[in-house]
Amino acid sequence: MSEFQTNSRVIKWIEHRMPVFSFLDHSVGRSFPAPKNLSYLWNFGSLAGLVLVIMIVTGIVLAMQYTAHVDYAFNSVERIMRDVNYGWLIRYIHMNGASFFFIVVYIHIFRGLYYGSYKAPRELLWMIGVVILLLMMATAFMGYVLPWGQMSFWGAKVITNLFSAVPFFGEGIVTWLWGGFTVDNPTLNRFFSLHYLLPFIIVAVVVLHIWALHQFGSNNPLGIDTKGPQDKIPFHPYYTVKDAFGVGVFLIFFAAMVFYAPNYMGDPVNYVQADPLATPAHIVPEWYFLPFYAILRAIPDKLLGVIAMFGSIAVLFILPWLDRSPVKSGRFRPIFRIFFVLLVIDTVVLGFAGANPPEGTWLLVGQIATAWYFLHFLIILPLLGVFERPKPLPTSISEPVLKGGGSMAGATTTPMEKA
Amino acid sequence: MADTATPAQAGSGETRRDFLYLAAGAMGAVGVGAVAWPLIDSMNPSAEVLALASTEVDLSPIEVGQRITVTWRGNPVFIDHRTQEQIQQAEAVPLDDLPDPQADDARVQQPEWLIVIGVCTHLGCVPLGQKTGQSRGEFGGWFCPCHGSHYDTSGRIRKGPAPLNLPVPPYEFTGDTSIVIG
Repeated sequence: MSEFQTNSRVIKWIEHRMPVFSFLDHSVGRSFPAPKNLSYLWNFGSLAGLVLVIMIVTGIVLAMQYTAHVDYAFNSVERIMRDVNYGWLIRYIHMNGASFFFIVVYIHIFRGLYYGSYKAPRELLWMIGVVILLLMMATAFMGYVLPWGQMSFWGAKVITNLFSAVPFFGEGIVTWLWGGFTVDNPTLNRFFSLHYLLPFIIVAVVVLHIWALHQFGSNNPLGIDTKGPQDKIPFHPYYTVKDAFGVGVFLIFFAAMVFYAPNYMGDPVNYVQADPLATPAHIVPEWYFLPFYAILRAIPDKLLGVIAMFGSIAVLFILPWLDRSPVKSGRFRPIFRIFFVLLVIDTVVLGFAGANPPEGTWLLVGQIATAWYFLHFLIILPLLGVFERPKPLPTSISEPVLKGGGSMAGATTTPMEKA
Repeated sequence: MADTATPAQAGSGETRRDFLYLAAGAMGAVGVGAVAWPLIDSMNPSAEVLALASTEVDLSPIEVGQRITVTWRGNPVFIDHRTQEQIQQAEAVPLDDLPDPQADDARVQQPEWLIVIGVCTHLGCVPLGQKTGQSRGEFGGWFCPCHGSHYDTSGRIRKGPAPLNLPVPPYEFTGDTSIVIG
């Protein structure tokens, strides 16, 4: 955790003119101290970054072969699958990469929810993360439209029609979004343009996310602040190697899907070309949108349904002010733990409700699960902050490991100088 | 500076500076808005999309009781040559029973020809009922499979999440058996 040092004259020459190497060293190197008790759940941030890079690289190559026109889009994707060298591989990586991006990010988010990573002083870090989630959703939605299959078209139509619920301006907004009177060629063209743009916006916001992270460093499974050097280890090599190991494990799962079940998470109806005059029998979004789709359909009123769907993300924005408990980690919150498990189950139930037609039992299940979702964030969390009696916190990260011998020299209160 | 100036001078100076500050800011905002508008408006329907906005239809081959679908502005338009029974059914409905009250004669120019845009007013699916064998819903008109909206023989919403009746496009009869939509 010392200052950046090198023997290379080239690096010294550059460093003197532009301190890029010491910047990297402070960001992900020896000069970035991280809590020494991070678990494997802390791997998913770097994994999300990896998937973002995979998506951008494969996306740039795919864009060289894709034609954004209603008459050619579907066939150009089939051409990628059949004629382009390794086109099948690149497209399957991109397609499954979207799903894995959401798997990784959802685990990352639930990690933050359990360990209180959204609490002071990391509120802004958390909110920037929610912005990334919203950008990811917009990017994934527009990307799904590009192959111009039946689900692409009708998904686009249903989702853009949500904006017609806006009072007074609804119709005008939808016509503006479409560039016509229905989802058509102008819509496909602008979705392609924005689908190419937004990942780079995500990169910029990820930089802000990491910037905010480095202000106070990572949270940790105990949720208590690091008290001194004995609570920390340098990011490099300890966490770079741990992240690299995580990447290896992740790639095993990713490759298994890409090579052995590439269409498992997709909808077969999307291999039928878009037909604006015939709606498929059952329109469903991709799996990662199903909980939100269930919330949309749980409420019989069109406008209120749309408000509830966006509200389900909005509660995450204000979460740092809803959960007022001073204890971060769920490990020391016996009642919170139970409700956290219930919330995870609730979102899974919402996913199943979103996958099934909104009739009979599934409609009722979706409505109950929607009510529970908002109850959790708006009622239960604020009340827990007042009434829950947390377990005693360890005095330092070292203490539980060293059995009371944790108060080594310097462990008193001298805060670690920020590297 | 503020320490040495008399209160009166400081006051007038600050007022003028505030005014310049606000005026420059306002002009900047107007300028940004003026430049942004062409970019925003370029995303609205273009001239060639608007030029496609009328469709001619020959009604003579359509038998009584038959329904056909034509395309207008990229959307399906349902043309229904209604039977006397269907017309009476539509006219007999009390307006109080309708979520979006509209009399049948306000929705047609000639009672035997019902012309509506075939896009569900809920979230934009195409309702079933145009082809033989398809479900026409509980009211003999159309049925939207996406979220279960039922329309009657006048294309009015009767049951389900859709808030409005199937819209009637602007059209006129150019002869006894031909119309122009749009």
